[in-house]
Amino acid sequence: LSRIGDELYLEPTESGLSLRAVNSSRSAFASFLFAPLFFQLYEPGSAGPDTELFRCKVHMKSFLGVFRSLPSLEKSVGKCLILLKPRASRLVLQLHCKHGVTKTHNLAFQECERLQAVFDTQRCASRLCAPARVLAEAVVHFPPTLAEVTLGTGPGGKISLRNYVEDEAEPSKTMVTELWLAEDEFQSAAVAPGSHITFCLKEFRGLLSFAEASNLPLTIHFDEPGRPVVFTLDDTVLEVHLVLATLSDLKSNSRSPSTNGVSHLPAPSDDFADDLESYMAAMETSEGGSGGPPSPTFPLRTSRPAESDPEEEEEEEEEGEGAVPGTPPHKKFRSLFFGSVMTPGRPGPATTQEVLAEDSDGEC
Amino acid sequence: MRFRAKIVDLACLNHFSRIINTIARLAKTCILRLTVCKLYFILSDKVANGGASMWCELSQGNFFDEFQMEGVAAEHNEIYLELVPENLSRALKTAQSAKAVKIKLTNKHCPCLRVAVELPSLSSSSRIVTHDIPVGVIPRRMWNDFREPSVPDFDVSIYLPVLKTMKSVVERMKNLSNFIVIEANLSGEMNLKIETDLVCVTTHFKDLGNPPWASEDGCQSSAQGRDLESMAEACIDIKKLQQLLAGQQVNPTKALCNIARKRIVHFILLHEEVSLQYFIPAIA
Repeated sequence: LSRIGDELYLEPTESGLSLRAVNSSRSAFASFLFAPLFFQLYEPGSAGPDTELFRCKVHMKSFLGVFRSLPSLEKSVGKCLILLKPRASRLVLQLHCKHGVTKTHNLAFQECERLQAVFDTQRCASRLCAPARVLAEAVVHFPPTLAEVTLGTGPGGKISLRNYVEDEAEPSKTMVTELWLAEDEFQSAAVAPGSHITFCLKEFRGLLSFAEASNLPLTIHFDEPGRPVVFTLDDTVLEVHLVLATLSDLKSNSRSPSTNGVSHLPAPSDDFADDLESYMAAMETSEGGSGGPPSPTFPLRTSRPAESDPEEEEEEEEEGEGAVPGTPPHKKFRSLFFGSVMTPGRPGPATTQEVLAEDSDGEC
Repeated sequence: MRFRAKIVDLACLNHFSRIINTIARLAKTCILRLTVCKLYFILSDKVANGGASMWCELSQGNFFDEFQMEGVAAEHNEIYLELVPENLSRALKTAQSAKAVKIKLTNKHCPCLRVAVELPSLSSSSRIVTHDIPVGVIPRRMWNDFREPSVPDFDVSIYLPVLKTMKSVVERMKNLSNFIVIEANLSGEMNLKIETDLVCVTTHFKDLGNPPWASEDGCQSSAQGRDLESMAEACIDIKKLQQLLAGQQVNPTKALCNIARKRIVHFILLHEEVSLQYFIPAIA
């Protein structure tokens, strides 16, 4: 969660304790829901007819600081108590350690509205499920600094991962890496043919290491470019969601889907033409200069960012530095949709694309 | 103009990757010259490189199971490509457990070296990772810029000390100064010196041995008539020396340097299947 945002949102519910985070450009959201059974004791408090269960947010660093060194915690801590004291404005984290030592941390919190990204995995056209190990092995071929990756479907039901090259980057100077996974590497694959989405790899890597460590299979729900991609992990006592914005694809209508598929056939059938003869001929005859004809550019998979509505643009400018590491430049990615403040219960289906309601905590 | 090659043996792949890693540390961009029998990595002594130049030569038969090359023309059966070796290094980095690695020159959108790595997987078909590394094709009229540099008229030729030792000495000296003086004589003695306002540090090596050079035309005369004790020195950029030493991942069979007093230091590192020459000019 700390890889996503600087604030940790705690939301006790009847179905468990939910820990959430969102990034500053609102293009990444994660939630971890721990079922009551995960805990030795779980008392979410009582909600009256007019009041909801109390929720708050704390500084991520303060919270993490309490659990700083996991190996030593595992050796010395017997129990951990998390207690929310609304009247004292404190979140209490109490570690009961060996030798009768008790460490009590009082964290200041801020009240907040419900943080909930609007998404509906049921409405996603495509779904992939794979052991975390397979995805981790796939992602290792990309450099650690790579910002965005494109997940796509290809011929023969193969799934591809390709590094995303920005429009501004010179295609003749950028290395392109593409990995193909066969359908049978996945536990399940129900994908719309010719579909592809581009999302931020850095934020995904965080979830991937968690999944690997807990040995849980990862499910990827996605739809059209521009609609968020949802990664989920499921366990008996834990439900994890990571929602990432994806790059919009304005050109997808004018370009036939087969172009995208054909231009990235896997290498083994290396029969495609190497038209270097004519290239060389062109170079030999060109006058002076350090090169021949300018290199044609890579085909652009996605083009300009989607037209953002004025509200969204304003909001993005207010957010100031979008230079949060691991966040795609917010001008290109649509912000995630955040549900209206008063929505109770589970996330509802996404409504219209134009409406963006930011969670209104602290802004008023 | 075509090029296709394939490596199947893991040891060969590993060795080839290590060579590419060494090259990547020495040059941001370099020339790859392909002939029927050999591959060359060339860095010419342009000002942009700080005047340093490199010539690395390997026999393709020692690495590739398949190697097919057709040059620009029958009488010029070679290919010269400009590339960023770091890209190649990255492509090979995660291929160390591969079933096969194929390299092919293609021109789909722009000239690229396509490195296709076939990886083992638990499924019925292998995983394929392809890396398209953009390259620049060097036209024939520019090939003369990349000829093998001749061995300079040197004053002293000496075997280098154990590279690991030399590397740790140079790395520490690098913290104190930007330049290093390398001097040696024909009695197998070498000194590495740095001098700053506050401190001078010298490391002495002895009993290194001097390689015999056949006097073809009498220029590189034998020790007779020369003062064996007299040191030939050159002051060079310490970073270049450190990059050369840091890039060596395997001990060479032979490592020596030729010093042309105040002009240039020529390093020669020989392994069984690959030779690397690196020229660092002296700072005036």
